[in-house]
Amino acid sequence: MLRFFHKLASPKYFYNLSGTLIPWIAVACLGFLLVGLYDGLVDAPTDYQQGDSYRIIFIHVPAAWMSLFIYMVMAGAGAIGLIWHMKLAEVMVVSCAPIGAAFTFLALVTGSIWGKPMWGTWWVWDARLTSELILLFLYLGIMALNNAVEDKRTAARATSILAIVGVVNIPIIHYSVEWWNTLHQGPTVTKFDAPSIDTQMLIPLLVMAVAFKLYFVLSLLMRARVEVLQRERNTQWVRELAEQNT
Amino acid sequence: MSTAPLSHAFLILFKRDLTLAYRKRAEIVNPLLFFVLVTAMFPLGIGADPAQLRDIGPGIIWVAALLAALLSLETIFRSDFEDGSLEQLLLCPHPLSILMLAKVAAHWVTTGLPLLLVAPLLAVLLDLPEEARSTLLITLALGTPVLSLVGTIGVALTVGLRRGGMILSLLVLPLYVPVLIFAASAVTTAGAGLPVSAHLFLLTALLALAVSLSPAATAAALRISLS
Repeated sequence: MLRFFHKLASPKYFYNLSGTLIPWIAVACLGFLLVGLYDGLVDAPTDYQQGDSYRIIFIHVPAAWMSLFIYMVMAGAGAIGLIWHMKLAEVMVVSCAPIGAAFTFLALVTGSIWGKPMWGTWWVWDARLTSELILLFLYLGIMALNNAVEDKRTAARATSILAIVGVVNIPIIHYSVEWWNTLHQGPTVTKFDAPSIDTQMLIPLLVMAVAFKLYFVLSLLMRARVEVLQRERNTQWVRELAEQNT
Repeated sequence: MSTAPLSHAFLILFKRDLTLAYRKRAEIVNPLLFFVLVTAMFPLGIGADPAQLRDIGPGIIWVAALLAALLSLETIFRSDFEDGSLEQLLLCPHPLSILMLAKVAAHWVTTGLPLLLVAPLLAVLLDLPEEARSTLLITLALGTPVLSLVGTIGVALTVGLRRGGMILSLLVLPLYVPVLIFAASAVTTAGAGLPVSAHLFLLTALLALAVSLSPAATAAALRISLS
């Protein structure tokens, strides 16, 4: 197990492994996405209150889940990179941020589109919207810091620190905003006794969540590959790779 | 070679920073002027209706305090970075996080504490109710150290950058949200004549958390920035 991680940390091994994994993940992601979309948009029953417009939930909720999940992955990778000086973990931190920002933005936009018919307004300063917006700012700050520092390794390590500081702050920000103002509907899936969402709606939602996660892994691997190549461009194996492909 | 005890090093660094700040008094005054000016802009922008000002006064004062804290933050490491004494601190045998705490404490005494002195004036300008004024001071006393502590992490991350200022605000402002929410709502609540102990306890908790964790993060960030 430890040897596997040791091997994984080598950029060359990672590059080759991710190259073989990417097509499989892409196919799985597409499969889940098609099933989830069909189930959600066609099969799932119409909501008795919100009509068909609730169907945006199948994009909105997985995107919102991903926005937090990616931040946790990023901070975890940051901690690993700082503690064990693992270059690959640093690459992951840097590659996570734009994807996370994109999902956060998607969650905000779809929420806004959903809010217009439901609440009659594009934007309200509601607790969850606000904390999602602040999460977006955190992502953008991380990306800005990463771009501003010239040396790539220093940039990645500075970014990791910021990501970890952010993780400590996210629950505090979340609860402070929660007490400040709340209009958003309460959680409907994570109530442990009985989810207050219909099973026929829950299944496509979970399928979509899996599809989004696979998409995240896919895009993370692709970004990380580019980042690895850029960082290792002066090494033997990248030169050989470049010669093979010309 | 024997080294001075940690408490001694802490005090020496604290006194040194205070002395440096005292010799450049203009730098203490500038954030204060900024604080007063920003607050004075709001009545000009939204109209002089006293009732309206009373409603939004706590928010205005706190946002202005946030911006003033942000503005003054950049100076905390600048001269030390330019003349190289920051690197000497890194080489010092004492734990860097404690030394950072000394620097932040000195910085707060010279930039955060003066805000407390002009805040009553602003409270009068914005016609805050009598009961809210003391709460405003308490929230500033509890909140501005948190701003300094958390902000210093951001400064440590951006210390070597040419255009650090813009990025600093992007990094630090989202982290200031909890302080802003609890502090401003405490003042508003006090103005309505309701008890505010819950808000103050939460602010104190934030302060305790920031004092214990942020110097370590600052130290780690500084080691990376200067490596």
